[in-house]
Amino acid sequence: MTDETATTTDVTGTGSAATDMDVAGADVTGTDVAGAAGTGGGRSADGDGAAGADDVLVTVEGLEVHFPIKRGIVLERTVGYVYAVDGIDLTIRRGETYGLVGESGCGKTTMGRGLLRLVEPTGGRVVFDDTDVSTLKGETLRKSRRRMQMIFQDPLSSLDPRQSVESILVEGMRAHGLDSGKESTRARLVELLDSVGLPESALHKYPHEFSGGQRQRIGIARALAVEPDLIVADEPVSALDVSVQAQVLNLLEELQQRLGLTYLVIAHDLAVVRHISDRIGVMYLGSLVEEASSDEMYAEPMHPYTKALLSAVPVPDPTVEDEREQILLTGDLPSPANPPTGCRFHTRCPWKQDTLCDTDRPELREVGDGHRVACHYAEDIAAGRITRHEVEPELVHPDT
Amino acid sequence: MALLDVRDLSVVFKRKGTRPFTAVDGVSFSVEPGQTVGLVGESGSGKSVTSLAIMGLLPKRGAEIGGSVTFSDTELLTLSDKQLRDRRGRDLGMVFQDPLSSLNPVITIGLQITEVLERHRGMTRKEARVEAAELLDRVGLPDPQRRIDEYPHQLSGGMRQRVLIAIALACRPKLLIADEPTTALDVTIQAQILSLLSELVSETDTALIMITHDLGVVAGLCDDVNVMYGGRIVERAQRHDLFERSRHPYTHGLLQSIPRLNAPRGEPLTPIRGSVSDNIEWEQGCAFAPRCPNATDVCWSEPPELKADDGRMLRCHNPVAIGDAVTEGAL
Repeated sequence: MTDETATTTDVTGTGSAATDMDVAGADVTGTDVAGAAGTGGGRSADGDGAAGADDVLVTVEGLEVHFPIKRGIVLERTVGYVYAVDGIDLTIRRGETYGLVGESGCGKTTMGRGLLRLVEPTGGRVVFDDTDVSTLKGETLRKSRRRMQMIFQDPLSSLDPRQSVESILVEGMRAHGLDSGKESTRARLVELLDSVGLPESALHKYPHEFSGGQRQRIGIARALAVEPDLIVADEPVSALDVSVQAQVLNLLEELQQRLGLTYLVIAHDLAVVRHISDRIGVMYLGSLVEEASSDEMYAEPMHPYTKALLSAVPVPDPTVEDEREQILLTGDLPSPANPPTGCRFHTRCPWKQDTLCDTDRPELREVGDGHRVACHYAEDIAAGRITRHEVEPELVHPDT
Repeated sequence: MALLDVRDLSVVFKRKGTRPFTAVDGVSFSVEPGQTVGLVGESGSGKSVTSLAIMGLLPKRGAEIGGSVTFSDTELLTLSDKQLRDRRGRDLGMVFQDPLSSLNPVITIGLQITEVLERHRGMTRKEARVEAAELLDRVGLPDPQRRIDEYPHQLSGGMRQRVLIAIALACRPKLLIADEPTTALDVTIQAQILSLLSELVSETDTALIMITHDLGVVAGLCDDVNVMYGGRIVERAQRHDLFERSRHPYTHGLLQSIPRLNAPRGEPLTPIRGSVSDNIEWEQGCAFAPRCPNATDVCWSEPPELKADDGRMLRCHNPVAIGDAVTEGAL
């Protein structure tokens, strides 16, 4: 038991947990554990400062997740693949929020899951704090999970209805050897609940007794319970009422500042992503089409898809709405099982050219300070040398 | 003369062993021919129940409907089922949120459209088929001649919604009710559907009631906007007035709490405290009082009335002062 705690301590690198073990039961423990909660706390100062520097926490290189399509009952054979995530390179710096946007079916959720190895990537690498996560196995993989947590979209279905809040929160701590005695665990739980704005009395309640916003707070507390460095938040507010979304968004930001957390926020709502993220990646059919700082992405989108996406978001301001020039895309998202040749957006792109677009897949290339775009003609479009044209909608079958 | 006049509409759900639940309470509004009216609110605000009551789609047992709904001089609430069926689909059309569950999965989309045309416009099957293909073409379904024989599952979400709109518009209704028609769709598809709706509505001079939780959708589309909270209308104004000078603390709070694409970044949002509660009480006082920053004693003891104020209708004892009402992000 003591050994195990010691190992955990090594992983955490705080040292305080081990001392807690020795003086288990004492009142001091509570405060000490509280201190340990700030694993990120100590880091937050330099984390914030280094957000702009090259202090990289996660590097994703050529990540691929292809799901096989199988036919046949007895003799199962693979007849094709769904290219859910098809070659993604990105880096997430310590202490920053990276926003991943895209429409349904673009692979953003699979990307987040592949990064955490909740689905097994079929290619590429994920390096988390100098450790190649993609080669980890068994116990080392399980231990590495403590540092990467996830917040899900639907807080009701991601919380076990038959577990009390206390048991939900303690489960993860126990799995990672972080519950070091009754008193200290209790103090830690109260502190966790307090940090997400819930009263102590919530410990003995069950998920159904809470409102949607409160449930999402429990989901956040559960992720925080194991003192992670990275939190992948998949659509953290889209199931919530408009008036409650802001509460949860503010809470996420406040926790990041206090604990020095790094976020990967996956969402379809561009206004939400822009609000919370430092940098944004836009996904289309399994790959990144553009990446830039949040401000630049909205001020000067370069990829035709980003332009269309931004122009499609309704703004709650009639004056803006009246004057807005919309770029309406025609047709639907092509099937990721049968993606178009060349640039995957060429079937719907209003700036499509006769050469390159339908034959060569564009690389995600650097076009300015940290601004990357995957379009052959990005500069020409930006300079106005190419103009928009009509696109004939192509038929898309959802099941092929 | 208004096309649709809703007066004092109330819906109370009753079930044995539970307290009656008032979902809609004293809702009044009217829709002129060709006008687009928005009903905005969060979940539980009663916006969908209002639309179902207008269409006569609430169950006869268990739901007690009061007030009146007059549609071009006919009282809808007292019509028999048969009379109502005759009206629905012909004069009144409806588009729902989830296109997959509102289409019949085992019937081709062509047949689902021709059914309406045969019943209400007395066409033969052959004529109806030609008309159906034309309708599908008009709502922007590519290759309608071939698609007409396909089943709903063979279409994408956006295309299914187009089919529903085609069905709703098949008989050129005078009023179309769209209940969250784009909520299940992606943002680029949402833009397509919204522009299609506003185009069709202005072409055919159809009146439209747009029910949504998304203030952005309302801002670009509606002439008049009704904001609902806890089953009652709390503010009604023309869209520019509503968005630029919201007076009800709820509307004001909503506008302040949504992240905007066009607002400067880096500032925390101003949320509305608390959350929508299930048992909202208007009998004792204002149902929004527990969450309202302006609440005073009178808000807890006296239910506010919907009154004309500053060119709008407002249900509030302590509205946001006119000077403060400008939402900063909007400018």
